[in-house]
Amino acid sequence: MANLKTDQKKTKAQTMGMHTEVLTGKTQQKFFNPDEAENFFYWGTHDVDFNKRTKLDVKDMDCKQANNKIDELMSEGYGTIVIKNPQGKHSLGVGILNKLNLIFEGSLGYFGVGSIDGPMVRVNGRVGWSCAENMMAGKVVIEKNAGSCFGAAIRGGDLICKGSVGARTGIDQKGGSIIVGGDAGAFTGFMMQRGRIVILGDVGINLGDSMYDGTIYVGGKIGSFGSDAVEAPITKNDIEWLNRKLKVAEIGENFDVSKMTKVVAGKKLWNYDALEPTERKGAI
Amino acid sequence: MCGIAGLIHRGKSSNVGEELQNMLQALKHRGPDSTGYALYANNDGQNFILRFKVGENVGEGSTSVNEDESVYNERKKIVDKKLSDLGVLVVKENKLTPYSYRYEIKYDKDLMEFSKAIESIESVEILSIGKSLELIKDLGDATTVSERYGLNKLQGTHGIGHARMATESGVDIKSAHPFWGYPFADVSVVHNGQLTNYWNNRRVLENKGMRFMSECDSELIAVFLAERMRNGATLEEGMKESLTGLDGVFTYFVATKDSLGMAKDTMAAKPLVLYESDDLVAMGSEEIAIRSILPQEIDTYDPFDGEVKVWQT
Repeated sequence: MANLKTDQKKTKAQTMGMHTEVLTGKTQQKFFNPDEAENFFYWGTHDVDFNKRTKLDVKDMDCKQANNKIDELMSEGYGTIVIKNPQGKHSLGVGILNKLNLIFEGSLGYFGVGSIDGPMVRVNGRVGWSCAENMMAGKVVIEKNAGSCFGAAIRGGDLICKGSVGARTGIDQKGGSIIVGGDAGAFTGFMMQRGRIVILGDVGINLGDSMYDGTIYVGGKIGSFGSDAVEAPITKNDIEWLNRKLKVAEIGENFDVSKMTKVVAGKKLWNYDALEPTERKGAI
Repeated sequence: MCGIAGLIHRGKSSNVGEELQNMLQALKHRGPDSTGYALYANNDGQNFILRFKVGENVGEGSTSVNEDESVYNERKKIVDKKLSDLGVLVVKENKLTPYSYRYEIKYDKDLMEFSKAIESIESVEILSIGKSLELIKDLGDATTVSERYGLNKLQGTHGIGHARMATESGVDIKSAHPFWGYPFADVSVVHNGQLTNYWNNRRVLENKGMRFMSECDSELIAVFLAERMRNGATLEEGMKESLTGLDGVFTYFVATKDSLGMAKDTMAAKPLVLYESDDLVAMGSEEIAIRSILPQEIDTYDPFDGEVKVWQT
């Protein structure tokens, strides 16, 4: 964990409530630098052409075969891949670290499109638990419902579900946006650290339980607030951001975002100052 | 972690044996130790179907003590004697494996007394009694068990099943699911999860005259519901009470002669995917189970925390 300082000048993101602490120290605040060319590509990624399109039927493949085939198609330069008959298989489309248009004609099982960094994904069906877990960047759109742990630990990108999602949506979220058109289950935003969650419908009990930072917006009823989750006034910046994001997400047209409930961390759990010096050193 | 699956056809019958076999086989990775089926068959409803075991399957990774088949045969003779003493008329008798039997019987007295008498015999356990319930459980995956007992041609309206990964108790038939809702005919339960107040509840329920055959925490659900129903609660009322009466994480299914229900704990810690239409409800721990019988594109969803649902045939 980092030192916490609040007396420095706030960035726009901090002003908008995305995160409020300023991180310092040797390993903190290292952001992406576009001038460093080696940052543009991971090892094993591919330079694809979006106009080069193909279909892949995975009906008779297991997830490893399907993922290897996707990788093979990307290596051939295919930038738009349509997956037929996913039929609820687990772990499809994981670990894609380059730009890609990936379309699933059907539903995914657990851990669909996890650990991705960059692709645009559309699932014309439902997804199981832990969809897009640990996503770094890109955009994922789910046309139907999603299971629990939707967007667990995502660091960036836009994760959108047009239907309803299960429990613990955005658990341990560290950045990015999760947008849900329907309802969400219990423990939404559980232990989230940064980023934003938008739920247009109702949410279950323990919303934002033990959240460290970040923001949750709820359009419907809230089952109950979790530990250290508190309501905050919605600002002009929030409204502007919400309207823009909902447009990107293709949901909530004409939704009155000014009436949403904004939930942030009460910061009563920020106990770093109470640590012993040795513990503090370890935590930092 | 275990996998559970269930389905109910509304207003018609189907090959539920084969359907449930496919669903459970798709969940094999969640529990390879044993598989159990509670199928509600199109029986004539005249006689009780009694399924019982006189010993354990000692192969396939079993943790049970090996016994000679002659021991099983001796126990079976004692069962027959007890049945005769109880005034039971055995209409039909099938030996399914060296250790398990299916009887069709005529009996019109108290089921609890009946069960106590039969289960007083060492190592004998009634797997189920009912006019439509056919409860089968054994070691092995879904296909193995289905083929062993000839389930894939069984016609019926609904059923629940379980692919078990043994965590709380041994690899044996007595700890396998489903559990019969003793002493109620045609009631069965499967469970995915762990119950943390098992012993507290067990002591209370045993003091109320209920019986436990295994040390598997999941059996508590069947006994808990049976005790509530014995006191006049409906199935749905009993299930709603279980959300607070049972501590731990769970998703469970319960089936009766003409209904199928699901309950999910208030933490929503265990998975469940549900498909619901006018003529069919299918549900399982993973969508892949539902896809094994409904490969076409369908709408499915996860029930929320603390949700209880019951469907009728």
